[in-house]
Amino acid sequence: MTNLVNTNINGDAVGFACEADETLLDALRNRVGLKGVKEGCGTGDCGACSVILDGTLVCSCLVLGMEVEGRTVETVEGLSNGAELHTLQSKFIEHAALQCGICTPGFLMAAKALLKNNPDPSEEEIRYALAGNLCRCTGYDKIVRAVQATAAELREA
Amino acid sequence: MRYEAPLTTPEAVELLASAKGRVHVLAGGTDLIVRMKGGFIEPDVVVDIKRIKDMHVIRKSAAGISIGAATSCGAMGKHSVLKKAWPGVVEAANLIGSDQVQGRCTMAGNLCNASPAADSVPALIAAGAQVLIVGPRGERRLPVEKLATGPGKTSLKKGELVTAIELPPRKVRSADAYLRFTPRTEMDIAVVSAAVNLTIDRKNVITDARVALGAVAIKAIRVPAAEKALIGNTLNEETLAAVAKACSAACKPIDDKRGTVEYRTRVAGVLAKRAAQAAWTRAGGKA
Amino acid sequence: MTADTKFTGQTFKSVGTRPLRPDGIDKVTGRARYGADIDLPGQLVGSILRSPHPHAAIRAINTSKAEALQGVKAVITAADLPDLTNGNKELFDILDNCMARTHVYYDGHAVAAVAAVDAVTARKALKLIKVDYEILPHVTDVDEAVAPGAPVLHKKCFTQGVEPKPKKPSNIARRSEFGHGDVDAGFAKADVIIERTFRTEQTHQGYIEPHACVASISPDGSGELWVCTQGHFVFRQHCAELLGMDVSKLRVTPTEIGGGFGGKTHVWAEPVALALSRKANRPVKLVMSRDEVFRASGPTSATSIDIRIGVTKKGRITAGDATLRYTSGPYVGMWAELGAMTSFACYDMKHVRTVGLEVLVNRPKTTAYRAPSAPMAAFAVESVIDELAGRIGMDPVDLRIRNAAKKGTRSSYGPVYGPIGIGPTLKAAKEHPHMSAPLGENQGRGMACGFWFNFGGQTCTDLNIAPDGTVSLTVGTIDVGGARASLALVAAEELGIPYDQVRTVVGDTSTLGYNDMTDGSRGTFSSSMATIMSARNAISILKERAAKMWDIPVEKVIWEDGCAKAVGKKHGNLAPLSLAEIAEAAPNTGGPIAGHNELVADGAGVSFATHICDVEVDPETGRTQVVRYTVIQDAGKAVHPTYVEGQYQGGAAQGIGWALNEEYVYGDDGRLQNAGFLDYRIPVCSDLPMIDTQILEIPNPNHPYGIRGVGETSIVPPLAAIGNAVSNAFGVRMTHVPMSAPRILAALDEAQAAASEDVETA
Repeated sequence: MTNLVNTNINGDAVGFACEADETLLDALRNRVGLKGVKEGCGTGDCGACSVILDGTLVCSCLVLGMEVEGRTVETVEGLSNGAELHTLQSKFIEHAALQCGICTPGFLMAAKALLKNNPDPSEEEIRYALAGNLCRCTGYDKIVRAVQATAAELREA
Repeated sequence: MRYEAPLTTPEAVELLASAKGRVHVLAGGTDLIVRMKGGFIEPDVVVDIKRIKDMHVIRKSAAGISIGAATSCGAMGKHSVLKKAWPGVVEAANLIGSDQVQGRCTMAGNLCNASPAADSVPALIAAGAQVLIVGPRGERRLPVEKLATGPGKTSLKKGELVTAIELPPRKVRSADAYLRFTPRTEMDIAVVSAAVNLTIDRKNVITDARVALGAVAIKAIRVPAAEKALIGNTLNEETLAAVAKACSAACKPIDDKRGTVEYRTRVAGVLAKRAAQAAWTRAGGKA
Repeated sequence: MTADTKFTGQTFKSVGTRPLRPDGIDKVTGRARYGADIDLPGQLVGSILRSPHPHAAIRAINTSKAEALQGVKAVITAADLPDLTNGNKELFDILDNCMARTHVYYDGHAVAAVAAVDAVTARKALKLIKVDYEILPHVTDVDEAVAPGAPVLHKKCFTQGVEPKPKKPSNIARRSEFGHGDVDAGFAKADVIIERTFRTEQTHQGYIEPHACVASISPDGSGELWVCTQGHFVFRQHCAELLGMDVSKLRVTPTEIGGGFGGKTHVWAEPVALALSRKANRPVKLVMSRDEVFRASGPTSATSIDIRIGVTKKGRITAGDATLRYTSGPYVGMWAELGAMTSFACYDMKHVRTVGLEVLVNRPKTTAYRAPSAPMAAFAVESVIDELAGRIGMDPVDLRIRNAAKKGTRSSYGPVYGPIGIGPTLKAAKEHPHMSAPLGENQGRGMACGFWFNFGGQTCTDLNIAPDGTVSLTVGTIDVGGARASLALVAAEELGIPYDQVRTVVGDTSTLGYNDMTDGSRGTFSSSMATIMSARNAISILKERAAKMWDIPVEKVIWEDGCAKAVGKKHGNLAPLSLAEIAEAAPNTGGPIAGHNELVADGAGVSFATHICDVEVDPETGRTQVVRYTVIQDAGKAVHPTYVEGQYQGGAAQGIGWALNEEYVYGDDGRLQNAGFLDYRIPVCSDLPMIDTQILEIPNPNHPYGIRGVGETSIVPPLAAIGNAVSNAFGVRMTHVPMSAPRILAALDEAQAAASEDVETA
């Protein structure tokens, strides 16, 4: 049975139709058209589909679309403010924290959630906070540096 | 499939009791949705308990601390009272999955999923926790170790659901700890795990202890022999060796993709020893 | 056109700088389009039915119920992909792997496929297909597959490369041999000989993006394919041949690629998607699940390697001998051959012999994984070299320096080396502060070397100058790690204009001539060569146009700093004409200005690296953590140093995962038990330290800028570097990768038992 879900995505009121057993990941990609949310595994083990749901970082593949009725969802598409990139976005580019880029949207959301709770994380805290996001290209070095650089810049701002 | 998100516990019980076909409770969904997507289960009805406000409450009272069944493990990690009283339970809950999973997964789900390797279960057994169960015939309480009956199986009856996990009041000079072995630092399932909860007197003699192991049998187990080795002694090399030996002896593991019988048996002892040491230090024990 | 590609030693303005990549903003805003992000009007969802058995004969397939299901638009089996391979064995193997014909050869082998209006219907339809299997005995282990009495996969498989032809079929599909000298004579001169057997388990590239494509074929025989691939021209060729299409009528557009590392050099599901589209006459999107990626794409080989090396007391290697058994899945490959070629490539050896045996097993077809086959061989060789150093009391770096190959050395696999980087990386390692940093408790340090050939191949580029003087560069090699930025730097360098005036795109198969795929670390090496030639080609046209504008002979025009300049007494006072000025005038001077180049990029300079690694081992659990890591590698010339570092770090991280945790686990039933990212454990962020890099630049004499490929070598040394570090920490020799906690604990036990025996006998 197809159901209608009314929710808020990246600040906008959005309604989408969705099957009861459809994941939020599939709904965001196929119903709402937010293809920045990536599927790497579909089992919550890679973090590529990370979104922020009511302020909490989640894997959208482990959430049913129906669950977000009346909630707020943030995806990578809502990260920049118009033409102005979020500091995380510009630091990821500057520090070459991405190669193929498929994991990047998930990392950005995870890093955003981290810095909201912990504006001055240690390297170890960053590494553990991002452990739910797999990257196979970079060896994480430049990702950690980009997050460190973002944290430093946001603290000064 | 039908998706239901009741606002009260009675509504949830009614839905579970009256539903035809395969009905599943959805708490964090970090196991349920994976099994649905993998085609291992095909529910007819899913009852999401996260819209029930009570299910998110962590409440301290004279009877201990009660944790609502839909409380995410991540939220537990942010609760200072809970963390101070039951650091071992919280660290076990916080070891489940990534930050993304932490935002969703629950101890109740971890218990009801009934995996032998569930992280929070040994810690809850060592803590002497109980589950509060509500069903068509009212409420009942059950020690956590009696909930799972085997891999993927629980003693819950049709229409019943776990609504809260209750931890006893924390005694003075007492603490718990949980350790697991995983090949990676994060994002892993315990190959073997151990939890110890103990109380010491002023002379650093252990007066009470509970020891539990995970991933070494068809479900998490208590190890009375290890508890016996601790009680009445201080924590010295000899005691630790006896704990390790008793834990290894209690193991009845299997060989699988995650570990071998030999490895699990041996490392169970190592982890129990280390968990006992950590709990002892937290309880204020001095050599 | 024959181009002069010799290294000239020029100084650079753009090359070697670190500008931002052109694909960055799309990738951080979610706008970049990967394989699964493409949608076409009227598109159906494709899905593949896969064998649950490791080995079985297909007696019958009944698809009638699936076909009758509402919403199903096409169901296909091997009958819909008829054999058009005309005796081409390699192509037939690709076909048989994409859709099983008479037999299934591994858990996950495709047997049928459907296209339906949505995913739910497609899944339902798959369940309605009935396959009647006759289950056959299977073998998944490399050593068991070559043991007497093993189930033989193909009754017509008689080992190639053996004279006379063997009388009986076996699972050894091919034998290859390399080397020179007389190994027996070499061993006779050795003071110490070590002989050991090593094993490595099968690993997967682990790219985060599953294979995905959208196929659309028209009844007129033309078609389009959007796909994440490392080589769209190769995909076009294979798909067109398998479907019986004219090659030029299939247009393949590469999407952004979410990681490949060799795994996207091969067609797996694309011919199936095309066949479904052809039958349904609708576009079909086919996306693999993660489970399918592990079960049915192409992991690397599992191996078993016998190795023997002799050395004099003074540290001269006298001989080396290796027999390498590599699994290639159910079809013959060249994986053991590559292992045999690379084994001893770092060393200058008088007497060397390597034998490679391609072993067939009931596992998915092996494909390339970053420096394919080299890491396993290096694990064996570099472990024994370290052990030999210990036995003769010599520093392991010194032993390697003493025996390092250099310019003029005849390599173990045949060619004579030009200027190479193994010696310099070793010397840099010796001087690196990491080498002398203090170690903590339960820590050990190891080092190891690695080699990769690198590849050049067929390449072409187009360089189009827009009316405003900006430049659009179209290349045919897929950008897997920042090549668009690097190639823009090269074009900017050659034209003498700023980097931000050049935009690089990867062209589809209908906009550019044939290009080999991005493998063999060839993307930047070969496309930069073609880009330089294209730019030079454009410059000659620009000079002609300037001459026309000035009305002077073209011989009096030079190109400098992005401008045409007139030279000589007569014209020297003319103000230079910028590229933009010439471009603007183009409509009146002869029309659009562009440069093209097509070439075979020969002379890919070989690549060497030395890695240093510190590990910490928990002696009670065997848990091993890499606590410090350094990569030193020759880049020839680092076009974009940041992205070169990225390649070094990424390869090292993959090697670390391989060394410690990653492996395919098969049950006795021949089924893969860990087809997901939970139990196939690639390193997570908290598993790794920062990975330090040092880029050396020993110019490749065969490239105008001295560039060498940099993408692959970094995965070669980690297995041995970590094994050697564990050995140095605890005196145990690790011979089985991954060095998982149980294996390390078992090795520690053995060492302890041996030590206590020594005490007892003493």
